[in-house]
Amino acid sequence: MRTIYFLVRKEFLQIFRNKGMLPIIFIMPVIQLVILSNAANFEIENLKLYFVDKDQTSYSRLLRSKIEGSNYFVLSGYGFSTDEGEGALDRDLADLVIEVPRGFERTLVRDNSEKIQLTINAIDGTKGALGNFYALAVISDFNRQIREDFQAKGTVFAISKPLNHIKINYSNWFNPDLNYKTFMVPGILVLLVTMIAAFLSAMNIVREKEIGTIEQLNVTPIRKHQFIIGKLLPFWVLGLFELSIGLLIAKFVFDVPFVGSIILVYAFAALYLFLVLGMGLFISTFTETQQQAMFISWFFLVIFILMGGLFTAIENMPVWAQHITLFNPVRYFIEVVRMVMLKGSGLADIKWHFLIVLLYVIGINGLAMFRYRKTV
Amino acid sequence: MEEPIIYAKDLTKKFGDFTAVDAISFEINRGEIFGFLGANGAGKTTAMKMLIGLWKPTSGKASVAGFDVYREAEKIKKNIGYMSQRFSLYEDLTVVENIQFYAGIYGLTNQQIKSKTTGLIEKLGLLEVRDSRIQSLPLGWKQKLAFSVAILHDPKIVFLDEPTGGVDPITRRQFWDLIYEAAHNGITVFVTTHYMDEAEYCDRVSIMVNGRIEALDNPSTLKKQFNVDTMHEVFVKMARPQEA
Repeated sequence: MRTIYFLVRKEFLQIFRNKGMLPIIFIMPVIQLVILSNAANFEIENLKLYFVDKDQTSYSRLLRSKIEGSNYFVLSGYGFSTDEGEGALDRDLADLVIEVPRGFERTLVRDNSEKIQLTINAIDGTKGALGNFYALAVISDFNRQIREDFQAKGTVFAISKPLNHIKINYSNWFNPDLNYKTFMVPGILVLLVTMIAAFLSAMNIVREKEIGTIEQLNVTPIRKHQFIIGKLLPFWVLGLFELSIGLLIAKFVFDVPFVGSIILVYAFAALYLFLVLGMGLFISTFTETQQQAMFISWFFLVIFILMGGLFTAIENMPVWAQHITLFNPVRYFIEVVRMVMLKGSGLADIKWHFLIVLLYVIGINGLAMFRYRKTV
Repeated sequence: MEEPIIYAKDLTKKFGDFTAVDAISFEINRGEIFGFLGANGAGKTTAMKMLIGLWKPTSGKASVAGFDVYREAEKIKKNIGYMSQRFSLYEDLTVVENIQFYAGIYGLTNQQIKSKTTGLIEKLGLLEVRDSRIQSLPLGWKQKLAFSVAILHDPKIVFLDEPTGGVDPITRRQFWDLIYEAAHNGITVFVTTHYMDEAEYCDRVSIMVNGRIEALDNPSTLKKQFNVDTMHEVFVKMARPQEA
């Protein structure tokens, strides 16, 4: 116990004395959380729309004014031929083109149906799909309005075919305002805690190798487990501290709701951190320089981050990739944080998460213990 | 007769095809200052690392303080102090913090740590810089402090790996005063060096050439044997026979 105390004390003295490290630990995550949460936004507004009006009737103008009035679109141009619309798409002046055919109003009144051409720049798939979705929403709104119009005017066909629309009632659970930040902030927080913990632990031991003090420690009677605990504990504390700062920012800056038990989040984080720190420790057992440790950590972190379910929903990945994410610790923590914070899930709901992460903790730390040698 | 405190018989270390230490044998008695000489790359550090339990020998036998280097490396570590070639104190900790840290992990009590710290700082004249970081001290001071920290827990043996590299002769002389004092207090000193004036200070020396011990005796006998006046000449004849 005393040995561990002296090791931990030494680590903290060194951490708080390291002028380069302090900002990385205490300021960078705050800045990253604030910037990333604001920047990483999947909501798409102000899509550029080019409107080709070959009909130029009151209905076609009504459609145009509907589009102009929506939040999703900015009318970037207005023309009368298909070529103009395609040109706008080519020159990137438009994200999508709506083309109203000649005789639009007439056919609509006569046949009660007409086609509109929608051309979308789908280089960015998400943007394209959303553009499509928004355009349909606007068009169906337009559709409803002219039908009501018909009805009011008592046109023949409207009487013979009374309108039955199906109205859909939306109810968004767990994130009622569909606030993007509510969804992103907890996830980004998880990434930051993971990165800080993984880097600090991997670099720390390798640094002792570089300056040679590890050799000095290896000839002392320090036991393996004392050394490892002495190394992990300070970063474990820092990780939880980091999480606390992040949660405060989430709560007071981003107003993320906190429905579930905060103790549960901390309990999971406490376990999870041992997994990430164990990974850093393991990496440090087979690297000799901080650069190597950094690159290897980064290699794994990039995979963990991109496949953690924050930037691409896991359900949208190919099946083989979904299987890989089962080995991704970040995935579990992101799920837990979202479930507990936003849904108010209890221990029973996340017991599998606990169990799996516990298994990984034992595995990776066991491996690190085995690999770490006082004797070469 | 008393058992030797360090005993090695045909101790060998191979790295692949390269034999770094080739079947060396020697015995060192309690309280001796044993100089372990050799040119760079002769295998001094490798041999020493096997004795202090950092590297496992490839073959041969060795015991340190009565403990076997294969099976009881951790017991050896309780009984030895070590000062490595590379600097072993934490540069970003202060003098006092370094002393406390090493005293602490060797299991000294708070009372002992306190008295040792005060005693050491006084002895080395570091009162003014006790709260300065190691990185701000001159090399000679660091080395004296590193040595004192290595014997803080009163080990039976202290291993010094080229402890005086890069410092001036006066500081080296002062460093050797500390070594004598430790030996006087019953600590066996095992020191590698390639400064031949330091070899003169040792009770006995061994000279390693290409992984083998080519000579082992006290300095005056060796000088007589080679019919020269200084250890320096002995060393040159041994290590570079073709040039001598």
